[in-house]
Amino acid sequence: MAGGYYSIEQVFHIKAGDFASAGEASSQIKKTLKQLGIDSTLVRRVTIAAYEAEMNLIIHSIGGELKLKVTPQSIIVTAEDKGPGIPDIDLAMQEGYSTAPEIARELGFGAGMGLPNIKRNADRLNIQSKVGEGTLLEIYFDIKAR
Amino acid sequence: MKIEEIRDLLNASLLTGQELLDREVFSACASDLMSDILSYVKNQTVLLTGLTNAHVIKMAEILEVTAIVFVGGRRPADEVVDMARKMGIAVLTTEYTMYEACGRLYSAGLPGCTRES
Repeated sequence: MAGGYYSIEQVFHIKAGDFASAGEASSQIKKTLKQLGIDSTLVRRVTIAAYEAEMNLIIHSIGGELKLKVTPQSIIVTAEDKGPGIPDIDLAMQEGYSTAPEIARELGFGAGMGLPNIKRNADRLNIQSKVGEGTLLEIYFDIKAR
Repeated sequence: MKIEEIRDLLNASLLTGQELLDREVFSACASDLMSDILSYVKNQTVLLTGLTNAHVIKMAEILEVTAIVFVGGRRPADEVVDMARKMGIAVLTTEYTMYEACGRLYSAGLPGCTRES
């Protein structure tokens, strides 16, 4: 994409259990990235990761924030919540492991692929979690010079 | 494979997307798990699923799926079809079960999606 110095930040508040609005933040993120002229394959990777993170906030957290930050070199999607926290991150990263409640599974969510999908699409992933305090997920994507 | 051919092979009814009938897809993905769909689907894909809720349409928009086929005679609610119409996604429904529908498309030469590395 064309050079130039810009940095964009968008913040979305995600409510726990709000399935009706699910996907709206990720849709907006996709729109923003497209408007910025980001390569479509990268837009797709970011949007898929953002969608999984958004669903995780809705299904698992007590509510939180999804943030998009775009600089000329990178795209960072952050999901931060205030709890309940992940007791065993390695286990949560395992494909197929899920603690999603029945209400989510009925809709087709909770396949235990969320975090692995995020990792697969990201260039780097940082996850920190403490039970009783919350989870911070930072998903990094490099914008390669084309 | 054109959407029109998919409709014919599956003896399906088109619920929306008349103008998309001559659009081409290069792969298919079939699942009732959202995350499976998110990890396998590529551009210009047809999605086969038994899930008929609005989340499927939202996800299809995110993934830029060309068409969705609801299997086993399932019909989504009108508002779900309307959502797809607004997003420019073709929606079909077939009486064939998931297995049968997949088998028919695969034998006709439409490959499955592979996971993006």
